[in-house]
Amino acid sequence: MALPIYASPLERVWYYTFRGICAAIFLFLIAPILVVIPLSFNADSFFTFSKGMLELDPVAYSLKWYDLILTFPDVPTGLPRDAAWWSIVWHHAAWVLAAKNSVIIGFFATIIATVLGTLAALGLSRPDMPYRKAITAILISPMIVPVIIITLGLFFFYSDIEVNKWGVPYLGVILAHATLGIPFVIITVTATLSGFDHSLTRASASLGASPSTTFFKVIMPLITPGMVSGALFAFVTSFDEVVVVLFVGRNDEQTIPRQMWNGIREQISPAILSVATILVVISIGLLASVEILRRRSERLRGMSPQ
Amino acid sequence: MASIEAAGILTTADGRPLKEALAIAQRRAKWRAFWLVAPLLAFILITFVSPILQVLHQSVYNPRFSDNMPGISVWFGSHPVGTVPDEAAYVILVDDLKAAAEAKTVAIAGERVNFARPGSRSLFTKAGRDAKSLMPPLKDSLVALDPAWGDPELWGVMRQVSQAYTIDFFLNALDMRRDKDGHIVAAPVEEQVYVTLFVRTFAMSALITALCLILGYPVAHLLAVLPVRTSNLLMILVLLPFWTSLLVRTTSWIVLLQGQGVVNSILVALGILADNGRLEMINNRMGTTIAMTHILLPFMILPLYSVMRPIPQTYVRAARSLGATSWTAFRRVYFPQTIPGIGAGTLLVFILSVGYYITPALVGGSSGTLISNMIAFHVNKSNNWSLAAALATILLVAILALYWLYDKIVGIDKLKLG
Repeated sequence: MALPIYASPLERVWYYTFRGICAAIFLFLIAPILVVIPLSFNADSFFTFSKGMLELDPVAYSLKWYDLILTFPDVPTGLPRDAAWWSIVWHHAAWVLAAKNSVIIGFFATIIATVLGTLAALGLSRPDMPYRKAITAILISPMIVPVIIITLGLFFFYSDIEVNKWGVPYLGVILAHATLGIPFVIITVTATLSGFDHSLTRASASLGASPSTTFFKVIMPLITPGMVSGALFAFVTSFDEVVVVLFVGRNDEQTIPRQMWNGIREQISPAILSVATILVVISIGLLASVEILRRRSERLRGMSPQ
Repeated sequence: MASIEAAGILTTADGRPLKEALAIAQRRAKWRAFWLVAPLLAFILITFVSPILQVLHQSVYNPRFSDNMPGISVWFGSHPVGTVPDEAAYVILVDDLKAAAEAKTVAIAGERVNFARPGSRSLFTKAGRDAKSLMPPLKDSLVALDPAWGDPELWGVMRQVSQAYTIDFFLNALDMRRDKDGHIVAAPVEEQVYVTLFVRTFAMSALITALCLILGYPVAHLLAVLPVRTSNLLMILVLLPFWTSLLVRTTSWIVLLQGQGVVNSILVALGILADNGRLEMINNRMGTTIAMTHILLPFMILPLYSVMRPIPQTYVRAARSLGATSWTAFRRVYFPQTIPGIGAGTLLVFILSVGYYITPALVGGSSGTLISNMIAFHVNKSNNWSLAAALATILLVAILALYWLYDKIVGIDKLKLG
């Protein structure tokens, strides 16, 4: 929106003030996320920019906090960094173990959420679905009900059925994370299906395709972008979740957010900022992939390219 | 192919009445749609609905006393309120204490009494330890062990907690309790914490929602009126926080706001603050408010944006050409069209902030914590699960009411991400 030619001087002033205000709000949104990146290279163990950092003195910058991620808590630091050392890191470094747990839990939670959520979204988008509104409300509610209440319920429920004694590692946390991720899958897949042309399935059936062929050859390719971005949402939800893990996870089920939580509560060290930086980089990657998927979906469905 | 029979009923090609065949086909389509949803519905019922029901149950059900002190619980049931406990009652009590001490559950029963009468836990564990060696008459020897055992107030409390189903935890959650005769009275002023906390939770959520609206409205407007290419680029600045880990964002705010943090250091370096006059912006209400506003802002901007984008810019221009000032054009033409977005955004942000746990726990200190933190405290530290469940139930009812409102006003099928 350019400034119209008839704008009065006051409006001109307001136009630029408004832009300034918006710039300040954008700064408020983005600065806190970017500020951790330079601080994670701090050579001192402070949480503010040292004098040397501001003067761009190379000595004030270091990678030692990234090194600490690999060596915390009891990986020897003096050894040469050969295959044997990396094997020790892989099996003993707390952050590496936490990352492995996070990925395992996130992977299985995402699979469950995506498969069940996609099927349900297909059912919900059919015109014949009975009680659609009520069922949708129930299926979306894990996103609305505070996590602490869900966690409290799971805490009672899991101690009743003693899920920790079933011998399946991570089971309780995986089921809980799948539940939390399901609303995102339903929302994204339903959104993809909202522009779905049902005459395509009829055309496919009239040309002799069985229902399963129609699903895999016609429906699936069209809803894949929605499914994948739903899956990404579900994965991020699990990857970022800490309350359930804290309350119902066993002690050895440390994940990255739980490790960060402990770190912040006890002694906040710049190593947390290095982890945060890595997570920011990952989230930039995720954002980019979801954006690409959204555009692809719009193109596939013949919606105006935005 | 439908054909008309002599009777005038429409039938299908294979001779069935058309109406019937249609009903069967529709029923089949209904079931087909339902079976697609069924697995997820079953999953959600097990992993989500049943735990929630368990919270509701736990909030009115606590058998820790009645299970572990069964004899005396029965005695309370068969003797009316106000009965002075006789020697027989003490015999039953001591038997229960002995059995509970043997089963190592006396502390559990004592803890249940402790919730209503502080200091009772040790009373029970001590009596459990010594129950074996008590000599008849048991009433006198138990009172000799600790005079509290003769206290009518303790007996009144034991009578209350002997009932497994009780509304006492809701009374506690609303800062009320029972006196020794079972009447409901307000708790002593210094113990009234929960109502204050609920009020604080709702007030802070309202403040955070208002801040999000004030900050989100101009940005959403700007994004909606800019050319698509530019606004998609700027949208990244809104979506990136949305995709970034909550703990990362909270950590960033700790880094920014703490005493030796970035904001304070900049203010000191600029000479606005004295070095010893650094602002306390964290571990208090301010920390929670700032961090949560930042975290929830995208949830305000996105619904506003999706309502503002389709509003034609020609409307405002038409209003201007008809003589409205820019303020009137905004107030009378543009603003009313954005109200659905304001409704959606404020409700969503309010619902999310009322139940927030992580951020207040990390940056809230003691004055900036919310009701969720109290629920967590009662699960982890004080072990009073039923009180936690009662607090959670009250919060849940409030949130479901808002969710219902959201569905009425906005419709949950309008919920969009990114």
